[in-house]
Amino acid sequence: MSATTLEETVTKLPIEELEAVTIRFAGDSGDGMQVTGGQFTATSAVIGNDISTLPDFPAEIRAPAGSLPGVSGYQLNFSSRDIHTPGDEPNVLVAMNPAALKVNIKDLEPGGILVLNTDEFNDGNLKKAGYTANPIDDGSLSGYRVFKLPITSLTLKALENSSMPFKQRERCKNFYALGLMYWLYDRPMEPTLKWIDDKFGAKPEVAEANVMALKAGYNYADTMELFTSHYHVGKAQIKPGKYRNITGNEATAIGFITASQLAGRPLFYGSYPITPASDILHELSKHKNFGVKTFQAEDEIAAIGAAIGASFAGHIGLTGTSGPGVALKSEAIGLAVMTELPLIIIDVQRGGPSTGLPTKTEQADLLQAMFGRNSESPVGIVAPATPGDCFKMAVEAVRLATKYMAPVFFLSDGYLGNGSEPWEIPSLDSLPEMKINFRTEVEGFFPYMRDEKTLARPWAIPGTPGLEHRIGGIEKKHITGNVNYEPDNHDFMVRLRAEKIQRMQQDIPPLEVFGAPEGKVLVLGWGSTYGAITTAVEQMRERGHAVSSAHLRYLNPFPSNLGDVLKRFETVIIPELNLGQLCMLIRAQFLIDAVSFSQVKGKPFKVSALVNKIKEYL
Amino acid sequence: MSENGHTTNGAVKLTRKDFQTDQEVRWCPGCGDYSILAQVQKVMPELGIPKEKIVFISGIGCSSRFPYYMNTYGFHTIHGRAPAFATGVKVANPDLQVWVITGDGDALSIGGNHFMHALRRNVDLKIILFNNRIYGLTKGQYSPTSELGKRNKSAPMGTIDYPINPLSLAFAAEATFVGRSMDVDPKHLATMIERLAAHKGSGFLEVYQNCNIFNDGTFKNFNEREVKEDRMIQLEHGKPLIFGKNKNKGIRLNGVTPEIVTVGENGVTVDDLLVHNENAREPNLPYILGRMQFPEYPVPVGVFRAIERPTYEQMLVGQISTAVETKGAGSLEKLINSGETWVIN
Repeated sequence: MSATTLEETVTKLPIEELEAVTIRFAGDSGDGMQVTGGQFTATSAVIGNDISTLPDFPAEIRAPAGSLPGVSGYQLNFSSRDIHTPGDEPNVLVAMNPAALKVNIKDLEPGGILVLNTDEFNDGNLKKAGYTANPIDDGSLSGYRVFKLPITSLTLKALENSSMPFKQRERCKNFYALGLMYWLYDRPMEPTLKWIDDKFGAKPEVAEANVMALKAGYNYADTMELFTSHYHVGKAQIKPGKYRNITGNEATAIGFITASQLAGRPLFYGSYPITPASDILHELSKHKNFGVKTFQAEDEIAAIGAAIGASFAGHIGLTGTSGPGVALKSEAIGLAVMTELPLIIIDVQRGGPSTGLPTKTEQADLLQAMFGRNSESPVGIVAPATPGDCFKMAVEAVRLATKYMAPVFFLSDGYLGNGSEPWEIPSLDSLPEMKINFRTEVEGFFPYMRDEKTLARPWAIPGTPGLEHRIGGIEKKHITGNVNYEPDNHDFMVRLRAEKIQRMQQDIPPLEVFGAPEGKVLVLGWGSTYGAITTAVEQMRERGHAVSSAHLRYLNPFPSNLGDVLKRFETVIIPELNLGQLCMLIRAQFLIDAVSFSQVKGKPFKVSALVNKIKEYL
Repeated sequence: MSENGHTTNGAVKLTRKDFQTDQEVRWCPGCGDYSILAQVQKVMPELGIPKEKIVFISGIGCSSRFPYYMNTYGFHTIHGRAPAFATGVKVANPDLQVWVITGDGDALSIGGNHFMHALRRNVDLKIILFNNRIYGLTKGQYSPTSELGKRNKSAPMGTIDYPINPLSLAFAAEATFVGRSMDVDPKHLATMIERLAAHKGSGFLEVYQNCNIFNDGTFKNFNEREVKEDRMIQLEHGKPLIFGKNKNKGIRLNGVTPEIVTVGENGVTVDDLLVHNENAREPNLPYILGRMQFPEYPVPVGVFRAIERPTYEQMLVGQISTAVETKGAGSLEKLINSGETWVIN
């Protein structure tokens, strides 16, 4: 499809070949910037670019129109080579109003393309954005290639025959802007036309207006020879396979559905709406035909309580939230530790503490996941590295939780959850086997008897004749599971629960090193910093530096070879979007002088920042 | 649990003994909880449900030790949250009969939220609230049902918290079954437990339970043998509200206010009395009855409300069936390949 479309779009203006472009669409939170960015992404993916995205939206649903807090942005990087991040500095900024310009201009690369919707640069909006002079003509933007376009009036003009009310016609301006960008970057319109048809098919006048706005933008750029040239970003050398674009939260949801199907047990998802995790609840609730039971609870505690109850009754018990919700769930997680039931807790981390930065990303819940409960209450922890990786790690979380009869944390974050990338659709045969063996044999049964290898206790679900037993939060007698307060038994059980989690190590793959297995610097990361770290290390290696990286997807327990990997490097740098939480664990466990590189701005690392840090140790 | 409990199906006739565990019951001697345990164990075999299909779930407090003494499946969870765990169990396996054992602190203080939402969802849970109007396990602080002015460990000058009426809360939360009984009347208690067991939907039974250590005799003003006939009233569906030693006192409605009248005096006949209807769709009348307190009124016991309404788990299972019928059983292959896909060669 893409080949013919590309030929058709060739016009009289020259096409320049570019390796990669980073665009940021920015506007008011009601301007549809997420849709615009999402469409540009989907189209770029379909025509074979590698992509990486960073949606960035305010916590307020509709902050006052035109205000700085109301600015919503969507950045994407599309490339003809393998990329891992949404790009440090945009090459192009589309600013739909003065506030969007004010918030984003500092990130635009010098000499970058700036598209402004001049209609919105009126006195009122300029004032709301804090401008005393109009930046369009005060010379302050002379360092950029500025394109001043009355996008709102052009959109309204294109839709003058539409029967829709004025407000609704005006709202089509994001598609007009998208049309302009499609022309500039030589994208086909078909995928978006199809999307509009699917999305608004039931409202033909809305669908038609959006189509007209999109085409008008595209044709305007073409016929007016608005830009001096347009650009082509070729297909990336992507590993052969079948792909789809996926966000981390989507991948998480379908990953857990897949895991439950592999395990042959229904999935139960208990959750209370919270940013940025709610999309997982939305997605799972669409898939009831897989037997998925979603339960929107009255609060975070009920959400996890119901999930533990479902797990006790033999379902795959899953609960999902963000950091503040984890705080509320702590006591119940402790109960799952004590009762040794499989349970997965999704934490899509966000800026904190407290309400913090609900829509921004952070990795500062690692120690909360690790230790945030009373007493000794060990749990497994896994963390996906990319949006697509959420799928795989969801399956891993269920595999470990059910095999070891223990709670397992799934640490995602806002950047992974909302960010998207092309995801190679796995073959179902490549997924791990997951055998669930409920205990049914009455002879010799005790609720806290142990599997020799894993130390897991039997999963004996209500409804099984002859295995009636009681569990609860009070300390258990080894083997019998009866309430027990003896000092030696408690000491034994505390150590046993810790040992059981540690034994997950025998079921997790060794840590892989990217680059040479030894050298000057190892950059050790976890979670969503993968893309930035990998890009930085790639760049350094291309320049001949002895830098390697390794990315932890299993944080408790660590992979068994981690100590050996660390020993082979002179310096270990640990970049994290927190104040050094993994670094603290590594230093404590391996007694090495690891270097923490931390940032807590609610944003991912820039590659350049990592490169500069690594250089200090070469 | 290994020496007994080999029941394989409902056909085996169980006895009270089958529901007892080998665990030593550790409530204080003389506690009202013993009576409730005895009645539950007595009623269980009569329900005809195999014990592997019964689950007792509790929160924290004296009453919440209950599951350890029932030879069924059991889960002693965390403070106030038992209805949430029970919801998960029932939704995961609607074939199970799920009981929630809770207390006044557990259900109404720390767990007020879960109590309310479990009731409104009409999850088929059988909730028994042991109301002793005191915190027993933490040794004598006032509870949300303690009477105003009561002196106790945490209120040496008397409580200044107005108490909550558990029944009022249950009606407000749309409970489809609401009943009340007491530890000192085993026969009535057994009947109420049977009624609760038979109800499909969120059922709530308040049991007045004496804590002989920290709040001894809190109910005796009206439930002692010598006075209870004059100070309590048994609700019976379809029957007029009559009470008293001589069965000649009754409750008549004056507007929305109940008043005590004597049949045969001032021209009052039985026909003037309020007739109890536990099946009324709206909870207005039972609410009025639930508010009657000693000494102004006789204290009602019995079934206040019992209505039918689809349960949460039925509707959830229904949605799953509908989804399977309309979309077909989930196919993983289709799921992971959904949306716009492309092939790189």
